[in-house]
Amino acid sequence: MAELHELTIHQALDALRSGGTSASALTEAYLARIERYDSSVQAYLNVTADRAREDARRADERRAHGEDAPLLGIPIALKDIFCTNGVETTCASRILKGFVPPYDATVVTRLADAGAVLLGKTNMDEFAMGSSTENSAFMPTRNPWDLSRVPGGSSGGSAAAVAASMAAGALGTDTGGSIRQPAALTGVVGVKPTYGRVSRYGVIAFASSLDQVGPFARDVADAALLLGVIAGQDPFDSTSLPEPVPDYVAATKRDLRGVRVGVPDEYFVAGMERGVETAVRQAIDTLTELGAEVGRVSMGHTPYALATYYLIAPAEASANLARYDSVKYGYRAPDVKSTIDAYLRTRAEGFGPEVKRRIMLGTYALSAGYYDAFYVKAQKVRTLIKADFDNAFNDFDVLVAPTSPTVAFPLGAKTQDPLAMYLSDVCTLPVSLAGLPGLSVPCGLSDGLPVGLQIVAPALGEEMMFRVAGAYERARGPLPTPPLA
Amino acid sequence: MAISREDVEHIAFLARLGLSDGEKQTFQEQLSGILEYMKTLTELDTSEIPPTAQVIPLTNVMRDDVVRPSLTREQVLANAPEREGDFLRVPPVLD
Repeated sequence: MAELHELTIHQALDALRSGGTSASALTEAYLARIERYDSSVQAYLNVTADRAREDARRADERRAHGEDAPLLGIPIALKDIFCTNGVETTCASRILKGFVPPYDATVVTRLADAGAVLLGKTNMDEFAMGSSTENSAFMPTRNPWDLSRVPGGSSGGSAAAVAASMAAGALGTDTGGSIRQPAALTGVVGVKPTYGRVSRYGVIAFASSLDQVGPFARDVADAALLLGVIAGQDPFDSTSLPEPVPDYVAATKRDLRGVRVGVPDEYFVAGMERGVETAVRQAIDTLTELGAEVGRVSMGHTPYALATYYLIAPAEASANLARYDSVKYGYRAPDVKSTIDAYLRTRAEGFGPEVKRRIMLGTYALSAGYYDAFYVKAQKVRTLIKADFDNAFNDFDVLVAPTSPTVAFPLGAKTQDPLAMYLSDVCTLPVSLAGLPGLSVPCGLSDGLPVGLQIVAPALGEEMMFRVAGAYERARGPLPTPPLA
Repeated sequence: MAISREDVEHIAFLARLGLSDGEKQTFQEQLSGILEYMKTLTELDTSEIPPTAQVIPLTNVMRDDVVRPSLTREQVLANAPEREGDFLRVPPVLD
């Protein structure tokens, strides 16, 4: 039998339900992995070992009383963007260092109700702004496949924790690619659901018209299971959608015969690595062999998504981050003389360079004289980008494309060039602007580093997305695990 | 498109963001480069296109106005940078 940390969530649940293992044993196995490998990977900002052991003990007790639940006894990691009652939540920012939320985010409550064990809070780019997890105020996270490379971002800690088997699954957030891109770069499955599918209550806000919560997992069925637990309407988030949550796990088991798969030309961009294109094209061939009807499609506004996103997201961020005023919570600069002095110095000392850059960019785009030329212009182009998807979905059930144009890049490679870093998300940003569900599934290695295939479905089309991902994964077969020593 | 140091200072003040001289210099250069790239959007004629602010079909979600459990005063004040009794303490607003 495989070691405990090697089990997928559904395998671990089988073992727990048959009495083959306990939540406590599973939790100790993950805590031991963290103890052994996290000093080099640096996925966790805060390992909640005592809480994990207590959660596990309660899970075992519930099971001993004949109870069951969808994740009863499964150890999970949370990006440090989710408010956790009594557990420090920093968003990897100095401005929130020491902040202990007095309530749980809805997704945290739903995981707890489902019996999950909280292993800890994972590292991220500060306020989810970045594509490499190097913008954390506290430390960079390293890619378990090659410790000299980044894990992607902004949810790089959650991705690396799952890739290195330091958690059975994890949650992240995705505003422009922050789940899908790190999933691709670390060789795990990552899902950004339809905007509104998962509650954002208790999730520290970055760009409110784009932010979505989603899972990381080691296979498609696990990701489907996790999404099923966290999805659904929430009275505390008026943007959460009322549609019932279907059985995503069942969807992963269906075949592909007759499914129409579109391949958008514009996603195979200049600058894409040859090894990435090769792996993605092979995956598309596999879909054809599985009986899917694969065809090309053109989505002409795709090249404008990057500029559109980097106006809209920073504009929304500049408004959301105005709340860090050092009054009710968070850091306050010492010896401030006046309110304005408190604002200026607290924010100067509390925010890192990328957060400041985006506040500046967003404030500029919203300022008098530039609002129409930049912000409203971007909102209009957003309409065109969404229309491209609407048109494509007249002919296709899903679209497939690379998740990232490159494999994981070395630490420091893009930190001096903001635009180069922004280009990391060129394949995921349009999907976010349209509010659509997207999933990244590993589709092979290029020079020993993982490549991700992105599968995009219409709004609330998660079942079709999981169907294609599940069928592809079965045909692909197992992949190697990271060479951690 | 080039933005001036005065633009940078004006925007930073609107955002209540203190910047060092070095940051002003860096942001002047970087924001000029980024905004130049944004001008690619002007290639598109959007005169007849409505803006999209959000992508979901929901509008004006209403609920009954009923009393529900809320945080205690202690919970609300627990994270305050400075407090005085049951109040948040802030620096002087007026000189």
